[in-house]
Amino acid sequence: MIDLATTNILVAGIGGQGVMTAAEILAQTALTQGYDVKKTEVAGMAQRGGVVTSHVRFGEKVNSPAIPDGEADLILGFEPAEAARWLIQLKQRGVVLVNQNIQVPPIVNIGLFKYPDDPVASIVERGVEVHAFNATKIAQKLGNIKLVNTVMLGASSAHLPFSADILKESILARFRARKPKLVEINEQAFLAGQEAAAAS
Amino acid sequence: MSGNEALARGAYDAGCRVAAAYPGTPSTEILEYTSQYKDMYTEWSVNEKVSLEVAIGASLAGSRSFCAMKHVGLNVASDALMTQTLIGVKGGLVIAVADDVGLSSSQNEQDSRYWGRFAHIPVLEPADSQEAYDMVKYAFDLSEQFDTPVLLRITTRVCHVKSIITTSGRVEKDSLGFVKEQTRLVMTPANAKHRIPFMHQREATMRDFSNTECPLNTIIPGTDTRIGYVTSGPAFLHVSESFPDAPVFKMGLSYPLPTDKIREFAATVDQLVVVEEIEPLVEIELKAAGINVIGKDILPLQGELAPNILRPAIAELLGEPIPQIEPDKRSGISVEVALPSLADGLFPRPPTMCVACPHLGIYYTLSKVKNTIISGDIGCYTLGAGHPWNAMDTCVCMGASMGVALGLDKGRAESDDNKSILAVIGDSTFMHMGMQGLLDITYNKGNVTILLLDNRAVGMTGGQENPGTGHNIHGEETQRIDFRKLCEALGVNPERIHEVNPYEMPTLFKAIRKEVKIKEPSVIITNQPCVLVDYYKNKPSFEVIDDKCTGCTNCLDIGCPAIMVTRRETVTKPNGSTKELAFVRIESAVCTGCDLCPKTCGPDAIIPVEGFTRD
Repeated sequence: MIDLATTNILVAGIGGQGVMTAAEILAQTALTQGYDVKKTEVAGMAQRGGVVTSHVRFGEKVNSPAIPDGEADLILGFEPAEAARWLIQLKQRGVVLVNQNIQVPPIVNIGLFKYPDDPVASIVERGVEVHAFNATKIAQKLGNIKLVNTVMLGASSAHLPFSADILKESILARFRARKPKLVEINEQAFLAGQEAAAAS
Repeated sequence: MSGNEALARGAYDAGCRVAAAYPGTPSTEILEYTSQYKDMYTEWSVNEKVSLEVAIGASLAGSRSFCAMKHVGLNVASDALMTQTLIGVKGGLVIAVADDVGLSSSQNEQDSRYWGRFAHIPVLEPADSQEAYDMVKYAFDLSEQFDTPVLLRITTRVCHVKSIITTSGRVEKDSLGFVKEQTRLVMTPANAKHRIPFMHQREATMRDFSNTECPLNTIIPGTDTRIGYVTSGPAFLHVSESFPDAPVFKMGLSYPLPTDKIREFAATVDQLVVVEEIEPLVEIELKAAGINVIGKDILPLQGELAPNILRPAIAELLGEPIPQIEPDKRSGISVEVALPSLADGLFPRPPTMCVACPHLGIYYTLSKVKNTIISGDIGCYTLGAGHPWNAMDTCVCMGASMGVALGLDKGRAESDDNKSILAVIGDSTFMHMGMQGLLDITYNKGNVTILLLDNRAVGMTGGQENPGTGHNIHGEETQRIDFRKLCEALGVNPERIHEVNPYEMPTLFKAIRKEVKIKEPSVIITNQPCVLVDYYKNKPSFEVIDDKCTGCTNCLDIGCPAIMVTRRETVTKPNGSTKELAFVRIESAVCTGCDLCPKTCGPDAIIPVEGFTRD
C-alpha cells in the first residue's frame, strides 16, 4: 500500500559530490514501490564546484517536478552551508540530514567571502529536526570517499515512506549489476549512515 | 526517462532517419541518446545552422529528420529556418529548441515560441517526458500533413526532469527519394515570391486545425471557476500543482493559437489568467482578439513560474491572504516562503574551473599581463571573468570574441593606445562560429592576439567530440582538424602562430608578451586536454609542507579548488602597512598533480605526496 501524499526530498550539495546519483537512486527506488515519480535537478553551468540541487517527488500523482518552497519533507545536505542555503524549501516540521564535512569554495579561500561559523547550529535554531554527522569521515574510514553517497542514503532511510531494507537493496542491486566488488563495502556504508543519523 | 531521452526515443520510434545537433545546455543529451540507435544517422554538427541544414537536406532527400538545439542555437540556425518555411518538407522535419528558462547555463533567456510566429510554423509544447515522447512522434505527422517544419519548444524543466513513460516500438519510414522541383527547392526571388502565399495559407489551415480537431489543445475541468488558466509546457504542471481545483485550458499546440476555443473557455470562468513562461505572447494575441485576460500584469517576465511564484500572485488577485513572501536573492522576484531563509548573507558558490584545468594556468597568466582588454567567448573559460583572475572583459555569444576584439581594436580611443587587445576562444567555439571572425581580423589587418584554447572537447556541455578531437559522436576516428594549418589558411602569418603548453606558464607569459607587441594578428594555441576527458592523465598529487608555507597567497591566484586556506594572519610590515597572510593545504585526494601551483610557490613548500597512490 503506497502513501498517497507526495513525499518531497531535496538533495543539496556541490557539483561532483554525487548529489544527482543519490537523487537518482531515491527516485528509482520509489518507482519500484509503485509511486508516480518525478526527479529534476538544477545545476550550475560548469561541471564541478557549483551549487547543485536535485528534487525527488513521489506519490500517487506528481504534477510539478519542482518542490515548492516550504514543502520538502527531507533535505539531504551533502555539505553544511548547502543544507542551510536551501532551508527555505523545508516544511515547518521537516527533517534535515547533513554531512558535516565542510567544503570551502575558492571564492572564500581567496578572502572575498566568509564561511559561516556554524551552519548546522543555524539550522537547529530554526527548530527543525536535524541529524548532523560526518559522512565524509565515515566514507574515508571505510576506505573510499565515493561512499559518502551511500552513507547519506543510509542516513535518509529512517525518514522515507518505504523501509530501509528496500532502499538498501535498491543500492546494492545497482552495484551487483555494475561493480559487484563494491557490494559489501556499500552495505557497510549504508549501515554506518543509518547508525550515524540515529546517533545524532 | 528524462525529457531529453524521451525526445530521442520518440524521434527514433517515429521512423526518423537523420538527427543532427550542436551540444548546448539543456538540449545536449538528446543527440547523445539518438546516437545509441544504430539504424538512425546521428551527428554532432559544427554549429546549429549546419545541423538544421543537414536536417533540411535529409528531409528533401525524403527522410524524416530531426535536429535539436538550445534557444540561442536557433538564432544561429534561423537563417536556414526562415527560408525553409517557404520550401516546406518532404520527409517530416522536426526542430526541438530548448529554452533555458531561468538561465542555468546561458548568456540570455529567450522565448523560442517567437520563431513559430516569425517563421509561420507550428509550435508544440510538451510538459513532461511522456508528452515529449508523444509529441515528437506527432510532430513528424503534422510536419508531413501540413508540409511544414515543426518547432518543439521545450525547457530545462522538460529536458532534465525524469518521469515514468510508456513507449511503443519504431515504425520504419523509408526515404521517399529526392525529387527535382526547382520552383520549390531553389529559393530565388522569383520562386520564393510564389511560396509566400503557400506559407500563409498553410498557417491559416493550421489555425483552423488548432481550433478544432487538434487533440493537443484540451480543457481540464475544475470546480473553482473564479479563475480559469490558459497555459502550456511545464507551466501547466506548476498550475496544476498550485490550483488543483481550477479549470485549465492546456495548449499542446500553442501556435497557431486556438483563439476561438479559448474564447469559449473564457465564457465558463469568471476570469482568465494566462500562465506562460518568459514572454506574454499568448496574452497579447488573446487581448488583440478582444478576450479579457490577465497575465504579465501579475506574473514575472523572466524565470520559471513555479508554485511559489504563482500562489502569492493569484492570492493577491483574488484578495485572499497572501502567503509570506520574500524577494528571491537572484532574480528579485517575490517568492513564497515557509521557513525563514538562511541564504541571506551566505557566500555564493559559483561554478569553478576544475582542479588542474588547463585554463587555470592561462587565466593566471592573463591576469599577470598588464594593460589588456580581453574579449571572451562562450565555454568553461568564460569563468575566467570571475575570481581570482578577472581576466575577461567582454562575452556576448558564440564566436563573438573575434569580431568584438577587432571592433575593440578599430574603435579604440587614443587613451587606449597602450592597451593590447586579446581574444580568448575555445576549440569548439572557434569551429562553431569563430573561424569567420578570425578571417575578418586577418583580412582587415586587425591588431589582435588570439588565445585558442584547444582542450580537445566541448568541455562545458560534458566533453563531447568535435572536429578537433578527431572522433565523431560515436567515438569513431575521423579527420582531425589541425588548428595551426587552419589558422594559416585563414590568413594568419605562420610566424605568428605558436603552440604552447598552458601548464608552462612562463613560456605562455613570454609568448603573450611578445605577440601583443607585434601589430598584426597572432594566434597562441594551448594544447592540453580537458581534465574530464579520457585523454587526460593524472600525475602524483601534491601536498604543502606546513613549516615552509609563508602565507604569501600566490598559489591562491591560480584559482584551483584543491587549494584550501588553513589559517589567516595579519602582519604589520616595518613601514606600518599590514598584509593579510593565508596559509594553505592541498586536498591531495582531488589534486591531479598538474604542477601549476608549485610554480607560484617561492619557498618550494608544495611537493609531491610521497608514496601516494590513486585508486
